Amino acid sequence: MTPPSNAGPSASDALIDVQNLRVAFSTPAGLARAVDGVSFTIAPGETVGVVGESGCGKTVTGLSLLRLIEPPGLIDPSSRILFEGRDLLRLSEREIRQVRGRRIAMVFQEPMTALNPVFTVGDQIAEVVRVHDGASRRAAWQRAVEMLERVGLSSPAERARQYPHQLSGGMRQRVLIGMALVMRPALLIADEPTTALDVTVQAQILELLRELQRDFGMAVLLITHDLGVIAETATRVLVMYGGEIVEQASIDELFANAHHPYTQGLLAAMPRVDDTRERLITIPGTVPPPTAWPSGCRFRDRCPYAWDRTAREHPDLFVVSGSHLSRCFLVQEPERRRAVVAEHTE
Amino acid sequence: MHRSTPLSYDVAGAPLDAPAPDVWRATPFRALWRDGAARAALCLLAALMLVAVFAPWLAPHGPGAQLDIIGLKNVAPSAAFPFGTDYASRDVLSRMMYGTRVSLSIAILAMLLSTFIGTAYGLVAALGGRFTDAVLMRGVDTFLAIPRILLLLGVVAMWGELSVNALIVVIGLTGWFAAARLVRTLVLALRDRDFVTAARGLGARPSFIAVRHILPHVASPILVAATFGVGAALVIEAGLSFLGFGIPEPQASWGSILRDGNGVTVSAWWLSVVPGAALVITVLAVNVIADRLRDIASGRHLPRS
Repeated sequence: MTPPSNAGPSASDALIDVQNLRVAFSTPAGLARAVDGVSFTIAPGETVGVVGESGCGKTVTGLSLLRLIEPPGLIDPSSRILFEGRDLLRLSEREIRQVRGRRIAMVFQEPMTALNPVFTVGDQIAEVVRVHDGASRRAAWQRAVEMLERVGLSSPAERARQYPHQLSGGMRQRVLIGMALVMRPALLIADEPTTALDVTVQAQILELLRELQRDFGMAVLLITHDLGVIAETATRVLVMYGGEIVEQASIDELFANAHHPYTQGLLAAMPRVDDTRERLITIPGTVPPPTAWPSGCRFRDRCPYAWDRTAREHPDLFVVSGSHLSRCFLVQEPERRRAVVAEHTE
Repeated sequence: MHRSTPLSYDVAGAPLDAPAPDVWRATPFRALWRDGAARAALCLLAALMLVAVFAPWLAPHGPGAQLDIIGLKNVAPSAAFPFGTDYASRDVLSRMMYGTRVSLSIAILAMLLSTFIGTAYGLVAALGGRFTDAVLMRGVDTFLAIPRILLLLGVVAMWGELSVNALIVVIGLTGWFAAARLVRTLVLALRDRDFVTAARGLGARPSFIAVRHILPHVASPILVAATFGVGAALVIEAGLSFLGFGIPEPQASWGSILRDGNGVTVSAWWLSVVPGAALVITVLAVNVIADRLRDIASGRHLPRS
């Protein structure tokens, strides 16, 4: 059996090294293990995409990196999140506050609700500067206006004096990106940054993120359910299912040689321009509830290849090739896939 | 009545020349002024405030001046004494003017005290975690289970006669329980809003988030509750003074003048009618304003789009 290893940069030169992250929520239905043993690293300046369905644990993973999990949620004390030489999970409240917004920042999914409606957008960006730098009101405001210009708002000085409801969704998302980046963080966590936006605006926001990442040299953890967004932006992809990483590969490798049946299902479900089929392909079934993950492989109920071993044993992340990992026994028993495929094509 | 230019929400964003809404001019006071009943109530209260402030200059006599203990006892209203005189030959008009000063200041200051305590308490309960919340709110439940007048009489009985300052503290300290509960409920709903999480994610301290991001959102319900609170405090003060636990003689409050009329309701009816009417009208005015403020806070005065 191949030991699970961490693809991507080695732990020593990684910007952030997440080791065995587990997050559980106590609910009336029992303990919900939303994130169940996730490990990954991100190198400085790198863009890593996290993809998966609703409920797979990708948002909780993002929130955990900033320790924004609140009761009844709890990050397992044995988890480790090494960032710039420190374990974020061992920092005091005061220390983690100095990391938030300054070294690691987050952009949220809903630009409509992540801005406070009672303050001008300039105030909200200036507030971040004042919280972290203790800058004067005037200096902070100046930086807010500069940031609004940087994220592509025309007439930033006038826009800064406007309230969130006076801006469109795309402009609000630009403001949120400005709030996140005003302190020039080393890592940006973007949780579904384009999901709530029109398709044309989505492309603009992704372009803006790419551009700012290049200029600021920051790393990005891009959380999305949209493989198209990942393909345009990320260099490496983590596919999550059932609170675990089920496949990890470079973007080219993933699109060319997806190994895990779940990833293959996601790729098959993506509509293509040259499509001739009449109906979109879907993966049968739904994600099981996090209070009761199935034994063995968590995807087996929905997997076309499942056999008795997948019910008995829980698969590790196996090396497919180089830095390409897959949490599937088919790595060890590839002939089973050929047999099922042959059966279907006959 | 209605805003003439509704805000535009076009996809490209509002035009740059759209004026930033001036919150304090747009709402709630301008909307309040446009409402006839609320305007009348505001005028009445403004007049009472003027009387309260300028009582020493407006009143023809001092509040305790006994003009002619034999000849001017319990004189019915006349041109010289529009509200008559009381058993001690004091001018009821003058006493009402000084009484306005006492009654209004007690009511308003007590309301400020209880609003401040209730807001802080509710905020701490809602943001302080489940254990703090449970302990603090069971405390409020306990106090709310005791009738307020009983609580007040208990406190007052320990001191006998109270000064104006002591009355303010006593009424303020027994009037914040409902406000605490209101603020807690509102803050619980706000606590998990995205912009609060976003502020935490950008490194803001919990106290900063509470004051800057959460408090502004509960301001209008608190304003409404506080306005109703003024009416309640007025009645409570009058009740205490009527029962003889209020401010000491010869100082006057509306409640103590009412008390002077007790037992002579028929022969010296003006001693009951004048302060009674003042109380009813004032509390009504305060409640009309509070009621309209509530409509405004819920956006009901805005045109439907």
